[in-house]
Amino acid sequence: MKLDLERVSLEYPNGVRAINQVSCGIDRSERVAIIGPSGAGKTTLLRLLATALRPTAGTLTVLGADPWRASRGELRRLRGRIGMVHQAPPIPPRQRVVTAVLAGRLGQWPAWRSLASLVYPLDMPGAERMLARMEIADKLFERCDQLSGGQLQRVGVARVLYQQPDLILTDEPVSAVDPALSDRIIGELNREAIERGVTLVASLHAVDLALHWFPRVIGVKGGEIAFDLPPVRISDAMLRELYASEMAQVPTQDYQPFETMVPGVRRKPVYF
Amino acid sequence: MAHADSALQPRDPAALPRLALTVLVLALLWPGFSLTEFDPAVLIDGRSRETMGKFVSTFFPLETSPGFLQLVARSTLETLAIATAGTVLAMLLAAPFALVITRSLSISRIGPGPGYWLGRILRLPARFAMMFFRSIPEIVWALLFVRAVGLGPAAGVLAIGVTYGGMLGKVYSEILESNDARPAAALLETGSGRTAAFFYGLWPVALPELVSYTVYRWECAVRASVIMGFVGAGGLGLQMELSMRMLNGGEISTILLVFLLLVMLADAVSAILRKVTA
Repeated sequence: MKLDLERVSLEYPNGVRAINQVSCGIDRSERVAIIGPSGAGKTTLLRLLATALRPTAGTLTVLGADPWRASRGELRRLRGRIGMVHQAPPIPPRQRVVTAVLAGRLGQWPAWRSLASLVYPLDMPGAERMLARMEIADKLFERCDQLSGGQLQRVGVARVLYQQPDLILTDEPVSAVDPALSDRIIGELNREAIERGVTLVASLHAVDLALHWFPRVIGVKGGEIAFDLPPVRISDAMLRELYASEMAQVPTQDYQPFETMVPGVRRKPVYF
Repeated sequence: MAHADSALQPRDPAALPRLALTVLVLALLWPGFSLTEFDPAVLIDGRSRETMGKFVSTFFPLETSPGFLQLVARSTLETLAIATAGTVLAMLLAAPFALVITRSLSISRIGPGPGYWLGRILRLPARFAMMFFRSIPEIVWALLFVRAVGLGPAAGVLAIGVTYGGMLGKVYSEILESNDARPAAALLETGSGRTAAFFYGLWPVALPELVSYTVYRWECAVRASVIMGFVGAGGLGLQMELSMRMLNGGEISTILLVFLLLVMLADAVSAILRKVTA
């Protein structure tokens, strides 16, 4: 039931090597944040774990199985146990919120049930519960093109909560919402992972969120792992080094400077 | 200084291929016009103007006797029925083919594990069947089906169903592929089946385009059913052929007016459906 990467590399058809010989293991029910400058390979790493990309070299184990040795049916069942929150929610604009959330279970439902649910939504209370956790239960029957970017992103999270996967992957799930709500969403994802004892791997742009919510933080740079430590052991120098190429500042929510008075303590940005 | 800047300016790497493509397209188009002896000057030539004028002048006045109008009304209904039934048949034929052909719904694309060759092998004959259906003109299908099911509208329905099935299948799959494929891909990546991924991920994205193209095809089917009436497949075409045989210009123009009304109707239906599905 664990994730394991053994010298995994991924080279895109255009020759760009996005992931270079990465080895790392993540145990069941671990909660891991991935941080790093843009273009570091965070999304590629998540897509490898989601079995959406096939590594060009190395061995990958997802939920205890090698997805690329599995049969068609096994791979489909495995994918049904993986939930992915995308940065830009891949939801058709004309779809209603209730349908978009219920689509989370398509990997588990038999085809007749999926189609029947299009005629009349089969599990409206279930969808509403997940939307309530994202504080948008009132949007249940709204069309997705009526929502703001932040609301749509929360629909994407609600879909994955409804899916109840054994592995939750999130690719910058709070890029379109304000800091207070970001905290709420990341908190809800963590609560889900803890309550159900499932694995959570989240790539995050805001470093303070990663350090605050996750017991383990992996810094990625240039397709390689720069550090893999609990937040208390990550120094400001390491963070500055990680983001050296991108900008002078370590990215936080709203670009508030870090509170650095007591090193080694969970850090949140200072709000003035 | 300005000189140095221009030397450093990036050059569009797509410029040369674009120029080559334009030249190629023009070179391919030119023989088309010369082969068909296309010469606009003939249209305004005095003699041909006279001949055309004589032909058109027989179209007036329109034939409006109640008996003929009644006949036209019944034929119009028959034509509409042929076009509608034919288009529905074509949709039923095209939908499964389009689902098989469409690449953005291909599970093997996002991860060819072992044993994924089946889809690729299935797609080829499906494409070929679509091509075969639409490469034979509907009038030839109509002649064939008239022999199979006898004179009458049924042959027209079958002919439209087969030809337009081929066209719809091709265009459906093209529409599905040209639309945003990410929603469907995301569903496939979380273990959804092909049919479910289509209905939850692609259908809501592509619906307006699918509807408007189908309605356009229905409009074409109305016209096609007229042509097929000439070979005995019923409807307005049959009426038109009788009028032409009797050289009755008034009757012909009445029927042409009905065609115009039908096309306007199709336009209105299309606009309404687009608004509903938008």
